[in-house]
Amino acid sequence: MSKKKEQAVVYSQQNIATGIYDMWIQTSLAKDAKPGQFISVYPQDKSTLLPRPISICEIDKENSRLRIVYRVAGKGTAEFSGYQKADKIDVLGTLGNGFPLEKAEGKRVFLIGGGIGIPPMLETAKQLAGKTKETNVILGYRNSELFLKEDFEKYANLFIATEDGSVGTKGNVLTAISEKGLEADIIFACGPMPMLRALKQYAAEKQIPAYISLEERMACGVGACLGCVVKTREVDHHSHVKNARICTDGPVYLADDVEI
Amino acid sequence: MKDTKIEIAGVTFKNPVMTASGTFGSGMEYAEFVDLNCLGAVVTKGVANVPWEGNPTPRVQETYGGMLNAIGLQNPGIDVFIERDIPFLKQFDTKIIVNVCGRSVSDYVEVVEKLSDQPIDMMEINVSCPNVKHGGIAFGQNPDALFEITKEVKKKAKQPIIMKLSPNVTDITEMAKAAEAAGSDALSLINTITGMKIDIYKRAFALANKTGGLSGPAIKPVAVRMVYQVANAVKIPIIGMGGIASAEDALEFMMAGATGVAVGAMNFVNPYTTREVVKGMEDFMEAQKIEKITDIIGCVK
Ligand SMILES: Cc1cc2nc3c(=O)[nH]c(=O)nc-3n(C[C@H](O)[C@H](O)[C@H](O)COP(=O)(O)OP(=O)(O)OC[C@H]3O[C@@H](n4cnc5c(N)ncnc54)[C@H](O)[C@@H]3O)c2cc1C
Ligand SMILES: Cc1cc2nc3c(=O)[nH]c(=O)nc-3n(C[C@H](O)[C@H](O)[C@H](O)COP(=O)(O)O)c2cc1C
Ligand code: FES
Repeated sequence: MSKKKEQAVVYSQQNIATGIYDMWIQTSLAKDAKPGQFISVYPQDKSTLLPRPISICEIDKENSRLRIVYRVAGKGTAEFSGYQKADKIDVLGTLGNGFPLEKAEGKRVFLIGGGIGIPPMLETAKQLAGKTKETNVILGYRNSELFLKEDFEKYANLFIATEDGSVGTKGNVLTAISEKGLEADIIFACGPMPMLRALKQYAAEKQIPAYISLEERMACGVGACLGCVVKTREVDHHSHVKNARICTDGPVYLADDVEI
Repeated sequence: MKDTKIEIAGVTFKNPVMTASGTFGSGMEYAEFVDLNCLGAVVTKGVANVPWEGNPTPRVQETYGGMLNAIGLQNPGIDVFIERDIPFLKQFDTKIIVNVCGRSVSDYVEVVEKLSDQPIDMMEINVSCPNVKHGGIAFGQNPDALFEITKEVKKKAKQPIIMKLSPNVTDITEMAKAAEAAGSDALSLINTITGMKIDIYKRAFALANKTGGLSGPAIKPVAVRMVYQVANAVKIPIIGMGGIASAEDALEFMMAGATGVAVGAMNFVNPYTTREVVKGMEDFMEAQKIEKITDIIGCVK
């Protein structure tokens, strides 16, 4: 499973919500990709040198394609949003560990996504379909722009929370969980830090494992620069200090193992 | 076949292309992309006498044509390094240069003593890291302190030493001369230039450390100028670095007076950069009918 940088080709791109884009790219990286992993995407503009880490939203091994869904957050993503079918796009991957799907087999699972943390949960839901005792997907959105909703409905029970209360439960994913009386044996989640912190606490109270996907500023994306670390509870096997590299040892961690 | 070999302090390198400390780990991560056998040398991430935690995050930020970093020299300590990283690098036919950091003279000396019995080719002493509160750069900004630490390190090192100079000084030639006078076998420059970035939406520093070291193409002209100045001030060989992205960039450094060159931040942008620089240099020699790469060193007066 070696990493490489290559020139991928845009297969399709759509604007699916305000500032949110959905892109399929043709790339050999699809072959080894796993849910919860990410790729580094490089802008062409040489004033913006560093790669943009973007999660893998869906994998199509048969056609060698990867789907990424991203929010325009600055110069790099603004450039990507202008790409069209057949445009070239530089990518490096596949990066990171991904969700430990085998740990969810036969169990009651929560797949939780908040905001732009929703995309990586899709391939996770797809690959877990039929393998768990029960899969409940709980997604937190800002408002009624429910991007990827129909995709998730294909694979699992779906619950929605919106900040403005326009759809589903008013509040966050945890409000939805308690309102609907949902329970799980294991959690996989990606989303903003306050959500992940709350989930870490929830999982500790329920004494269930929660695997959460973290974000940090990255430079190399391959474990060399030590830019993207998270504080860990125990001394890390590689760094020999209480710091692990999110790009290589993560982005998915057992919540109990990291200080967030 | 053109001759790309260079020599620094009695060590022969198959070509002038090296990795800049801290941008290539100990080679393991980039070995997936680049055949380490084709590099002149691998220069490793700074290592101290004991493990260092480094700074809080964010540790890196992008800037126009470059980046700021404030890693804070996180490292696993010399004992782990000797057990794990040196044996890894010994599998390859490339030279090994170990970068050393510390907070006090005795820290540095402890690491140097341990490395002296190791199968490495040279040591690079980082007295110029702007991202640690104590030590580090303090030695790199005062010629007397630099002279002292160079002498102490030189006493214990069995391999040739390279003092790595900071650009964050008024006159870099003064520092270069101090290191040379104290017996340094070679010099490397430049380390990162201290910088700052502010997040205007959060009204806060973009790096947790407030300041960080600027590197990448944005600093290349400053680095070339400093290599030129130092090459004209001392006799010992220079390893030049700062924003090298291509063979053309590397050749600029060599024509300014560098014997070796190192690729840093651009490894992050294109993990194949080192390999491409080696290849591009050979192509340039072919096209320009240069027999020995050493012929171009310092050719611009
Ligand atoms: C593992 C991982 C997975 C991610 N997956 C997705 C995803 O699926 N969809 C999505 O929309 N976003 C995702 N992000 C966030 C995404 O990387 C940033 O939004 C993006 O890099 C912003 O780039 P920009 O040029 O538009 O913004 P700018 O602000 O111009 O970027 C400047 C620099 O900061 C970095 N940066 C800015 N914001 C972030 C951030 N939140 N995290 C890390 N680096 C950042 C950029 O990479 C760049 O180097 C992910 C981040 C990580 C770490
Ligand atoms: C992320 C990062 C980490 C670095 N760590 C070290 C280090 O441990 N020791 C050192 O002497 N220099 C370190 N440097 C400085 C580089 O070796 C080099 O001198 C500098 O970045 C200029 O070269 P560049 O522009 O090609 O990156 C580091 C640079 C970066 C970007
Ligand atoms: S981004 Fe360089 S170590 Fe993770």
